[in-house]
Amino acid sequence: MSGFNGRGVLAIYLFEMSRFNRTFWQSLVAPVITTSLYFIVFGAAIGSRMGELDGVHYGAFIVPGLIMLSIFTESLNNASFGIYLPRFTGTIYEVLSAPVSPFEMVLGYVGAATTKSMILGFVILATATLFVPLKIVHPFWMVAFMVLTAATFCLFGFILGVWANGFEQLQFVPLLVITPLTFLGGAFYSIDMLPDAWRTFSLFNPVVYLISGFRWSFYGTADVAVGVSLGATLGFLLLCLGVVWWIFRTGYRLKN
Amino acid sequence: MPPILAIQGLTKTYASGLQALKRIDLQIERGEIFALLGPNGAGKTTLISIVCGIVTPTTGTVLVEGRDIIRNYRATRSMIGLVPQELHTDMFVTVWNTVAFSRGLFGKPANPQHLEKVLRDLSLWEKRDDRIMTLSGGMKRRVLIAKALAHEPEILFLDEPTAGVDVELRRDMWELVRRLRASGVTIILTTHYIEEAEEMADRVGVISKGELIVVEEKASLMRKLGKKQLTLHLQEAMTEIPAGLAEWGVALKNGGLVLEYIFDAHEERTGIPGLLRRMGELGIGFKDLNTQQSSLEEIFVSLVSERA
Repeated sequence: MSGFNGRGVLAIYLFEMSRFNRTFWQSLVAPVITTSLYFIVFGAAIGSRMGELDGVHYGAFIVPGLIMLSIFTESLNNASFGIYLPRFTGTIYEVLSAPVSPFEMVLGYVGAATTKSMILGFVILATATLFVPLKIVHPFWMVAFMVLTAATFCLFGFILGVWANGFEQLQFVPLLVITPLTFLGGAFYSIDMLPDAWRTFSLFNPVVYLISGFRWSFYGTADVAVGVSLGATLGFLLLCLGVVWWIFRTGYRLKN
Repeated sequence: MPPILAIQGLTKTYASGLQALKRIDLQIERGEIFALLGPNGAGKTTLISIVCGIVTPTTGTVLVEGRDIIRNYRATRSMIGLVPQELHTDMFVTVWNTVAFSRGLFGKPANPQHLEKVLRDLSLWEKRDDRIMTLSGGMKRRVLIAKALAHEPEILFLDEPTAGVDVELRRDMWELVRRLRASGVTIILTTHYIEEAEEMADRVGVISKGELIVVEEKASLMRKLGKKQLTLHLQEAMTEIPAGLAEWGVALKNGGLVLEYIFDAHEERTGIPGLLRRMGELGIGFKDLNTQQSSLEEIFVSLVSERA
């Protein structure tokens, strides 16, 4: 056998994608409806009474933040569920006993979850164009930030799914950590609007860098330097990769 | 040629401190059917799980055809198929898709002919488009076997294949195992039914509390397992065994009210008629008698104490 089990990766990837198809409504339609509601409330109802932010109409200003918010939560949900479910039902035995390396396993699971998040991101983007005029100044970087963020949060979700010992623990991090960080991370405002103390405090929020970089790719303006955003995103990605590496090296919660 | 499976000095201590395996040494020859007998919690599943790569060993080595299962896991795992004890299945997936998934996972190119043969052999062909959740427990068990055979393994592990399975499926399973062996597959199964080991195995290993107590040809072990016990409930208590009964080696129990005689059911002459005749001559009356096969648990206990 060669050094790479491509068929094994493909099997896991397609398995996960078909799971996605089965839960199409939950996975795709629910976030789209939620996002549409945000647009109606913040974009049309409230946004029409607000001035422009950084020279951008408020409804359009929140689009990158909303896409990021959905990518964060859906990446975490999909990826954590993808690995937690076989642990919960016991079917993980087969993947562990197969000639599949840790890298290939992660590639299959996280690759599928990332694909879903990307699809979701683009669907929300398409939905947004129905409500607000959009421009994308740096399309390449827009996609790059999206891929990096989706992959990072899917890795984070994978870690979560390996760590969790119950469904409520799966919900814990997205609900109690990610959602607050996103709302306070400038999804709906520029952190320059905050008083100085809060602005400084916000800089400790990693989500600020992700949203800021992503918004820069749309409108060319950012709360923090785009290089710093990119660095923070890559740093978070490497951190997750390190934890995943540790999980497989020690067999933590996968191999008893 | 190295043995198809060589286990040396294998131990496993779980994080909880439970010592599941205490130094296991075992060799399995190509093409044999090996039955691992033992009570629940003896370490059977842990042993299998280590060989299959699901559990990491604490110490020791496992070689499959001379190749280390950790350093050379791609080569060794692609040779092994595992049917787990629990019915771990994906609920929403169809039978065909789950079997095709297994084959891909093990890195084998698609081969619908082989999958069809496996499903037909297991009477699953008609069910190929059904979701697994709609199948009965016995059918799910067949699906797990089909998954394990999807990548044409050379070694097949069956962990308690007939636990909670109806008689018909058990017969089918035994038949399948024989066919697989005829095609050259090495089979290692765990069970706590002596009958099953007797029906199928070439060699039997007895595992208890994480130790392999005995590894023997089936025939010789079955003789050991074939001991039975005759219990006679006496009408009057005896203080000592009469000299006339000494040659049977009987034991006096329960305050002298019960006589126990151990005999070998496989022997031509069990000695029972003679014993009863002699008791009649000596005027020892009994109210009741019964015989019982020594239970597997008792055999384990006696095997352990023999070794101690």
